[in-house]
Amino acid sequence: MNDLVNEKTLVELSTLAALPFEPEKSKATLDALNEVLALVGQMQSLDISDVAPLAHPLERHQTLRADTVTEIIDASALSQNAPLYEAGLYFVPKVIE
Amino acid sequence: MSIPAGWQIDIGLEIHAQLNTRSKIFSGASTLFGQSPNSQACAIDLGMPGVLPSVNAEVFKKAVEFGLSIGAKINQESRFDRKNYFYPDLPKGYQITQMDHPIVLGGELNILTSDGTAKIIRVTRAHLEEDAGKSIHDFKPGLTGIDLNRAGTPLLEIVSEPDIKNAEEAVAYAKAIHQLLTYLEICDGNMAEGSLRFDANISVRRQDAEKLGTRSEIKNLNSFRFLEQAIHFETERQISVLEAGGTLVQDTRLFDPDRHETRSMRSKETATDYRYFPEPDLLPVMLTTEFIEEIQSSLPELPSKRAQRYQTAHELSTSDAALLSQDRRLGDYFDAVLTFSGNAKSAANWVRGDLLSKLKEHELSITACPISPKHLGEMIQLIDQGVISGKIAKEVFGALWSKQTESAGDYVRQNQLEQVSDASAIEPLVDALITENPKQAADLRAGKDKLLGFFVGKVMQATGGKANPQQVNDLIRQKLSEV
Repeated sequence: MNDLVNEKTLVELSTLAALPFEPEKSKATLDALNEVLALVGQMQSLDISDVAPLAHPLERHQTLRADTVTEIIDASALSQNAPLYEAGLYFVPKVIE
Repeated sequence: MSIPAGWQIDIGLEIHAQLNTRSKIFSGASTLFGQSPNSQACAIDLGMPGVLPSVNAEVFKKAVEFGLSIGAKINQESRFDRKNYFYPDLPKGYQITQMDHPIVLGGELNILTSDGTAKIIRVTRAHLEEDAGKSIHDFKPGLTGIDLNRAGTPLLEIVSEPDIKNAEEAVAYAKAIHQLLTYLEICDGNMAEGSLRFDANISVRRQDAEKLGTRSEIKNLNSFRFLEQAIHFETERQISVLEAGGTLVQDTRLFDPDRHETRSMRSKETATDYRYFPEPDLLPVMLTTEFIEEIQSSLPELPSKRAQRYQTAHELSTSDAALLSQDRRLGDYFDAVLTFSGNAKSAANWVRGDLLSKLKEHELSITACPISPKHLGEMIQLIDQGVISGKIAKEVFGALWSKQTESAGDYVRQNQLEQVSDASAIEPLVDALITENPKQAADLRAGKDKLLGFFVGKVMQATGGKANPQQVNDLIRQKLSEV
């Protein structure tokens, strides 16, 4: 089986996913990913040209709610796990120059 | 600005309109503007773990109203998708939007070009999505403050085809959308509060080129003036690059109104991959035929139809018809005055003139007008019946406005303002004036018609404006011809 993901790709994926790359786990992770991708490859060999794409696993439609204000907001409770919260604002490192 | 010879411009607009619902699109938090930061952002808006969105039915009603008003196809089944990107004002890390199955497909809008001819701008689609929060950059050095009150406010994004050929047409189209949204009362149209924002896709090409040029997208223009300026600066930039032999790269740009330029934010090569996929937390939305038909039957008469009716059925001028039909409530008010007065021209004059200037002076909207259409209509009837003169009507109008009276008729009776149409009451006044002003009388008799105004004015003054000016006119001429 040709590996679809190599270590270089894994490092790139870790960066994109904002997850730490752990070299000691790289072999196990690579094997797992390649197994999944092999299964995808196997599924792709099926002819599904006359099957409509599945929008949702449930064959139901969305229930809509009435336009009423139902939420009572306790900002101090909601902000408890924010690293920096002051004057009602959440603060993050500056995002523009 | 005129377009340089040999070039043509193609512009498509994406208009983000906040729908004026009470609660957000996916949560029951309030959408009120101007509240203290984060006081209207609930756990769903904050993207807390374990929460699920619930869809506000009203946003679909408003989107369908818009779609039907522009003759679009309404997709009975529409779906939501996730658009993934990282930015602190988007706490979930994705925006719920509609990618492949938008609620509104197609449709068109009529605009008037600068030379007065009508032009159709095609709408590609309009879809529902949630607004992001707001970043506040100048509160703390080195930090950005995040207010998520706006997060989850429903947006209708209206995308046009690149049918717009210059900045003036872009503004005309943007204004037509603004008018329609406010007329339908589905968006408050308050641009200072960000209720309507534009992105402009702009490209230029040689006059004989068939293919569209490389486009730039100018983001987040929040006024008609900025939209117009950004198009001018961007087309100038693109043309000068191409004329100097350079090539353009597809990019996203920001307009800087202070520096009169657009600046590149990111190019196509570095464009974000939004990794769209169907929103797993929401099922497809299916609207029933009855739901759509009910909206269709309750749609108001649209501005263009209304203006047409005013011109054909009531013989109003083009400008009167346009002005009275641009605002739905103003049109409703005028229609009611028309019903009570039976005189379209006079009703248009009073509403357009005295009434609108009073409303402007007192910074009131038509819905807060202190004079009811019934009372204004009755006053117009009194003029038409010859009970009061136009001059006295101004006084009656003032009394109605300041609530000194509820009824024009009562006020006229109580203050004895009925027009004096009794010739025997006016005749002695005319006789006396001719005797007192022999030179003017002789000149008028000799053909100096301007002096008729002098005599009529004197009689009106003497009767406190209550004489019938036409009758006074006739009487003076008759008296002078008798001598």
